Amino acid sequence: MKAAHYWHCFVGIQTREWLRFWQQRTRFASALVRPLLWLVVFAAGFRAVLGISIIPPYQTYITYETYIVPGLCGMIILFNSMQGALSMVYDRELGSMRVLLMSPLPRPFLLVTKLLAMGAVSVAQVYVFLFIALLVNVEPPRWGYLAVLPALVLTSLMLGALGLLIATWIKQLENFAGVMNFVIFPMFFMSSALYPLWRMNEASPWLYWICQFNPFTHAVEAIRFSLYLQWNPTAFGITTGVTVILALFATAGFRPQRTRILGGKPA
Amino acid sequence: MTITASNLSFRYGDKPVLKEVSFTLTSGRFHALLGPNGAGKSTLFGLLTRLLALQQGDILLDGQSLRKQPAEAMRKIGVVFQQNALDLDLTVRQNLQYHAALHGLSRKQARARGDRELERFGLLERANEAVRQLNGGHRRRVEIARALLHAPSLLLLDEPTVGLDVASRKALNEHVRALCEHDNLTVLWATHLIEEVREDDRVLILHQGQLLADDAGRAICEAEGTDDLAGTFHSLTGAG
Repeated sequence: MKAAHYWHCFVGIQTREWLRFWQQRTRFASALVRPLLWLVVFAAGFRAVLGISIIPPYQTYITYETYIVPGLCGMIILFNSMQGALSMVYDRELGSMRVLLMSPLPRPFLLVTKLLAMGAVSVAQVYVFLFIALLVNVEPPRWGYLAVLPALVLTSLMLGALGLLIATWIKQLENFAGVMNFVIFPMFFMSSALYPLWRMNEASPWLYWICQFNPFTHAVEAIRFSLYLQWNPTAFGITTGVTVILALFATAGFRPQRTRILGGKPA
Repeated sequence: MTITASNLSFRYGDKPVLKEVSFTLTSGRFHALLGPNGAGKSTLFGLLTRLLALQQGDILLDGQSLRKQPAEAMRKIGVVFQQNALDLDLTVRQNLQYHAALHGLSRKQARARGDRELERFGLLERANEAVRQLNGGHRRRVEIARALLHAPSLLLLDEPTVGLDVASRKALNEHVRALCEHDNLTVLWATHLIEEVREDDRVLILHQGQLLADDAGRAICEAEGTDDLAGTFHSLTGAG
């Protein structure tokens, strides 16, 4: 196989993901409603009770809305990645995953390309959310919109790989909803998305340590620092490391017979 | 293309599904893989398409091992699965272009080959319609057109007529036979329906994971002392 074959395959998978996304436009709206509700309703209520001191990367006191925007960017990617994993299980049950796996190109390449395609859709949604956030006066530096791109791509890859890993182990579509409750909500709530870690430490030291070990915390911090044009090597390092480990496990563990790609029962 | 499968055995956990299956498919010929439900046909397809990993034995495509050179082998195989594997929300052409891209074809090549195949199947004027709008028979034709896009030498069809009415089943079967004849395509057509098999076909009868017969249909009938393939199939498998 030549480089051109890989390129055509890459473009083909990306195109299909965008076409599917376009077909399911309501998903775009619903993916934005959730974080916008948090931003406009939840944050408005919390602003009164939760003071944010000056913490990096912010140079001054900030509103609670400003604080939670990076976490909500992470939330969009988190939900989209799990939705993507769900669609992989769905594809598998319907059979279209078999079409992907019948390609002569290496499976790790196909799966990583699929992750990148799903990630691209998530990143586009995050940008739309960031522009809407301007309406509630959350205004990061202009160059922050560009600087945050690598953090968003990295986060989408990490969470996409996690979704793929989960999809690999899920036998049936029905089992997926339960697993989501054990992944999405703990990951989101036990992170720095909604509250600064020092606040967590004040409330409960063990919860603070759980937040520290949660890779989503570091992904959110990578987004937060990048958006405000600061470099956080710890957050980037941990997010990158976790991404590589999850991607390796997810691609190496993608065994069609384990995922019952041929259907529910042997025939 | 010649396909040689040797000593294929496969088990799901403790349950053996294929037991020491060996056969050779001859270039440019229509082969019918006949077996009742649960015989192991889909598992055999899973092994031929690399969706299942070989546990024992090997498959050679023109001498190239599926185990050792999977990419080369996969380029030569086109598959139509038992279940629909088209994206219903995308158009016919978009489905074909996606498949072409997975095989490394450029958009230009995909368009040219896709249109040619759709024209052969009488579906070119419906290329921009969503697959959801097509009936079952037409969807099957699109799946076959898709499987032929990358010009494979071997076409595998796993019970392709499931869910189709009698007329559509017959038309599809005849169409694939014509492809086999005109394109020198090696075809393996898995089915449990005797009426889809002819006595001059090469017939492989699979039952409970074992290959019970592998010869021309007429020769199998003579060996079993039966009048027709239905009688032979019943005599060998107990299925009607």
